[in-house]
Amino acid sequence: MPVDEEELYQEHILDHYEDPFHRGHLPTATHAHEENNPLCGDVVRVELELGDDGTIKDAYFNGQGCVISQASASMLLENMQGKTVDNVKQFSAEDMLRLYGARLTPNRQKCCLLSWKVLQSAVHSPVGRDGA
Amino acid sequence: MTITTLPAKPTTAIDPTRLLPAALRDDFPILQQTVHGDRPLVFLDNAASTQRPRQVIEVLRRVYERDYANVHRGIHTLSERSTEQYEDAREKAREFIGAQHAREIIFTSGTTASINLVARSWGDANVKAGDEILVTTMEHHSNLVPWQQLAERSGAVLKHVPITDDGLLILDTLDTLLTERTKIVAVASVSNVLGTINPVREIARRAHAAGAIVLVDAAQSVPHLPTNVQEFGADFLAFSGHKMLGPTGIGVLYGREELLDAMPPFLGGGSMINRVWDDRFTPAELPAKFEAGTPPIAPAIALGAAIDRLKLIGLDAVARHEHELVRYAYDRLREIEGLRILGPPPDHRAGLVSFTLPEPHAHDVAQLLDQQGIAVRAGHHCTWPLHDRLGITASTRASFYLYNTPAEVDLLVEVVAKIRDRFRPQGRKRRQ
Repeated sequence: MPVDEEELYQEHILDHYEDPFHRGHLPTATHAHEENNPLCGDVVRVELELGDDGTIKDAYFNGQGCVISQASASMLLENMQGKTVDNVKQFSAEDMLRLYGARLTPNRQKCCLLSWKVLQSAVHSPVGRDGA
Repeated sequence: MTITTLPAKPTTAIDPTRLLPAALRDDFPILQQTVHGDRPLVFLDNAASTQRPRQVIEVLRRVYERDYANVHRGIHTLSERSTEQYEDAREKAREFIGAQHAREIIFTSGTTASINLVARSWGDANVKAGDEILVTTMEHHSNLVPWQQLAERSGAVLKHVPITDDGLLILDTLDTLLTERTKIVAVASVSNVLGTINPVREIARRAHAAGAIVLVDAAQSVPHLPTNVQEFGADFLAFSGHKMLGPTGIGVLYGREELLDAMPPFLGGGSMINRVWDDRFTPAELPAKFEAGTPPIAPAIALGAAIDRLKLIGLDAVARHEHELVRYAYDRLREIEGLRILGPPPDHRAGLVSFTLPEPHAHDVAQLLDQQGIAVRAGHHCTWPLHDRLGITASTRASFYLYNTPAEVDLLVEVVAKIRDRFRPQGRKRRQ
């Protein structure tokens, strides 16, 4: 199914791309993870400050990549800020694609799901132990 | 949308006398289509893989409909036809790259397989701990990872010839990089990202003076520029059929006879043996020694047809055509404010141009170009270390072949300018 340009680059997506939620470094991070997409080289790093009760007290991301990979990271963290690790675990790939909104071809779904994958790993990756 | 990033009139023009006849394009059925509705297909991803003319497709069809059987085995009509055509293709490949003997032409599945064959067979037999392997910063992963693997197996040291910011090899460094420990220099004749035409002859001369042999990754040059392995001074040379009007799954390894003769077989199996007993075998003569198993028969024969086409058109004329297109593209793309072209000026360049924009990312550029029917490649183009060296994570590449036109370059430039314009920072804010 062809996906047209207007669909792919909707205004709210471009808004997140140009004005991302919490792009940067989180000095108080307790958990972090980074991954790249070996096909294209896109990279996303997620840093989290988790409370003892599993609350996401703060969430930041950084990375380089296409509009889809970076805007989706912004949307995801905005959505997860203040929620819990359990909420993250329950948040499926389909939920992520729904949150993103625009229809994506299978190839571009990988761009959208990069930050989701990184976040799923980040909640299990305490800073310092694996050098993350 | 208004284009604000281009001057009203191009400051450069195409010289039509340097172009190939436009009618050549009619031979390519796949190029006669529209995509995304009514957009004529503009295929600028030729460095990844070219398209095939009907003359090549027709040969594939003829082989499968009339002549196909396994080669070098059957005592029957079809096997004899296939064998003759397969060996004819070998002879065509020999002549095309100026090799002395047809037995120096090994059919492989492609450039990657050719280079791995050398790294495994020649490398394991000749490279020891402490020896040195010399590559360059601009190598494709296929001419880098096999040498990293060899270094890991053998304990050899991998070294790199650095490049200038303009994407030219810094040849002066050869004085110190080439030592008596250097066993092999592996270098691309043309960079698949920068387009740089490397001085292979000069590199080979200096490598030989230091006692090293030279492998040339010619995947990006054999399809586009006249090649002569003896003039290059190449000891090994690798290229792929699918980048030169031929099918996928067929490529060539050229090796100097005395080197190939001394090398142990790589893959074991049928065809590559002289005699087999319960516990041992003796290898076949060249080239069968390195062609274990049933080879890509029809693809090899069709590669021969592709070579016929290229010879008929003339590699000099192909090179002139592509150079005119890339010069024009280079000059016009540079008019786009903020656009960075990777690699050297057109004089040192084969027919491709890679670039970055401040915004958006290369993948978005490729996606937006595709919406207008333009196929380009975006990403790291299997040259991760080169992109690291250039301080970027991805680029967009337009690569030309004999069927591309100046009008296609114009469309590329216009759409890239629009994309640049559209993704300038506009003070957008997320809705809270």
